[in-house]
Amino acid sequence: MTYLDAIRQGIWEEMERDPSVFLLGEDIGAYGGAFKVTAGLLEKFGETRVIDTPISESAIVGAAVGAALAGLRPVAEMQFMDFIACGFDQIVNMAAKIHYRWGPAVPIVIRGPSGAGVHGGPFHSQSNEMWFVHTPGLKVVMPATAYDAKGLIKASIRDDNPVMFFEHKFLYRRIKEEVPEDDYIVPLGKAAVRREGLDIAVITYGAMVWTALEAAAELEKEGLSLEVVDLRTLLPYDEDAVLASVRKCSKVILLHEDTRTGGMAGELAALIAEEAFEDLDGPIVRVTAPDTPVPFSPPMEEYFLPNAQKVVLAARRLAAY
Amino acid sequence: MPTKVIMPQMGESIAEGTVVKWLKKVGERVERDEPLFEISTDKVDAEIPSPASGVLTQVLVKENETVAVNAVVAWIDGEGAGEAVATVPAASAVATTPPAAPAAAEPRADAEVEPPPAAGGKTRSSPLVRRIAQEHHVDLSQVKGTGLGGRISKKDILAHLSQAPAAAAIDFAGPTHVVAMTPMRRQIAEHMALSKRTSAHVSTVFEVEMTRIVEVMARSGEEFERRHGLKLTYTPFFVRAAVEAIKAFPIVNSSVEGTNIVYKRDVNMGIAVAIETGLIVPVIKHADEKSFLGIARAVKDLAERARTKHLNVDEVQEGTFTITNPGVFGGLFGTPIIPQPQVAILGVGAIEKRPVVRNDAIAIRSMVYLVLTFDHRIIDGAVADQFMARLKSGLENWDEAVL
Repeated sequence: MTYLDAIRQGIWEEMERDPSVFLLGEDIGAYGGAFKVTAGLLEKFGETRVIDTPISESAIVGAAVGAALAGLRPVAEMQFMDFIACGFDQIVNMAAKIHYRWGPAVPIVIRGPSGAGVHGGPFHSQSNEMWFVHTPGLKVVMPATAYDAKGLIKASIRDDNPVMFFEHKFLYRRIKEEVPEDDYIVPLGKAAVRREGLDIAVITYGAMVWTALEAAAELEKEGLSLEVVDLRTLLPYDEDAVLASVRKCSKVILLHEDTRTGGMAGELAALIAEEAFEDLDGPIVRVTAPDTPVPFSPPMEEYFLPNAQKVVLAARRLAAY
Repeated sequence: MPTKVIMPQMGESIAEGTVVKWLKKVGERVERDEPLFEISTDKVDAEIPSPASGVLTQVLVKENETVAVNAVVAWIDGEGAGEAVATVPAASAVATTPPAAPAAAEPRADAEVEPPPAAGGKTRSSPLVRRIAQEHHVDLSQVKGTGLGGRISKKDILAHLSQAPAAAAIDFAGPTHVVAMTPMRRQIAEHMALSKRTSAHVSTVFEVEMTRIVEVMARSGEEFERRHGLKLTYTPFFVRAAVEAIKAFPIVNSSVEGTNIVYKRDVNMGIAVAIETGLIVPVIKHADEKSFLGIARAVKDLAERARTKHLNVDEVQEGTFTITNPGVFGGLFGTPIIPQPQVAILGVGAIEKRPVVRNDAIAIRSMVYLVLTFDHRIIDGAVADQFMARLKSGLENWDEAVL
């Protein structure tokens, strides 16, 4: 099963389990979604539960918030997560604050494809998860595996908070694995150690988990042992798991596809410096994209994105430190 | 303007000191208050800070050489000039003569001076390495660094620890090998023999059940550490229990002067600490006025500073009773020698689980042997045993509210 199929199966199971779950978004019904995540759902659940909307992200999020307040559990699709800016106010000023300010829960999920690597250019490739990680009241989730994609979308739909669910479009059809048919969830806020190692902890999420694993496999031949931690949830993130790996390895690389300044790596670096300063045997190292929009030209995009080779070089330097 | 470095007076009765180690080489830069050399005296070992900022131009006293207090041991040429002069230690009464051209035999051309190593000779490491070094009392300058620019990495210090020999090996050139005692060793030797000549040593051994305290530690140790930032150890329990027993039997906290018995109002509890070069006994002053937490803090602070040679002279004086802990290496119990002029010393053995008989059944309990060596000149066996019975009862029925 692909990463994409796993998301669809998770949504499908939740719609079967709970009649209050419904979908809304652009072209998600008859067309099955721009990436076909929702293909077949209209036929199965009908047009009252799979709703094609006008091209207005603000309307989609606003309708979802209203429906949630009325007792439903909407799952809204952004055709590309880049377009979410049009619905930004509804998310950060409404969904994120209603429970805090007035009490009622807003159990919505806003999901969609993010990330680069498919030559989509600056408006269809952004890693914009940090817009929301800096908004208390939201949860921000980003699966790296098909198993997690299903388990996390189900946990997100069941969560009573607004959840931002960032799918990585590069992984949609590239990740294939056995995914159980069972009704399981992957808990929000828990990281996973994807590979155990001793020398350097690589803390990452999303598509970069695979990049880190590729680098770890190459460095193993040189006798350098990398531990790879997949955060899975960025808000709230798993501090204990991050600190445990840092304490074990004493050196750490923070890796993400998002641009450098104000990225998740900066937050993690601050946590590590505050809580594990005396466990560090070298500087905290970031491997990220530079502070520019995602380039359209394929060679430029390749230069822009972190890859296994960049992680290998950074790890060798840090190991020698 | 050059600044003298003198052998400081570490306590009123101290007349001489031995330079154990120079921490800077001639030609190296030293900052004011940065450790410059280590000394050993009859009372304490200490690190001596530099009186001024500048370059160490001349060392007059070699390592392991002993000189009188206030003797000039080195010169620092401070470019900080005036600022440096004012910082010469208080012994200036002796040092009023203007410096008589210390460089007579030493032309002060820079070419003659060994250039300081990169980064002022500081060892490069990391927060983790420094923490490990502190925990294991490792001198980082003795560790070979293999990281960038000679940096000491985690691997380097762990390798260093794993190969550290248990005891220094001796290079024999002939059938015997003669080494002069360090001042501290000489002091210990004299004092031990003196004590054996002075007091009528008798030892009494009690077996005490520690189950309750082991339980208290298991239950509250973590909370204690989180709340107070220090690890809960057994020592403060023994100190506290000994203080209580002393209050009931004050003769244990006395001394002999001629034909008089001098009772002491304050309980100043000496805690014997093994260090690399011997043994030192820092004293918790007024242990009878301290809370459990206060005792625990004092124990940790004094033991740490004893190991890192940062004790002040007055912190090893005026003890009225002493606890020693030979159990850490597994000994069941020892019969310690009384530090003069005290009249008793408590030895704490290893705490371990042993089968004991309770209600006619064999039970497994945490047990310890406690030994009181006392001066039979003034303390009779019955009093010593009553003191120990009191101590035993205090430990076995530990009041948890005290913690």
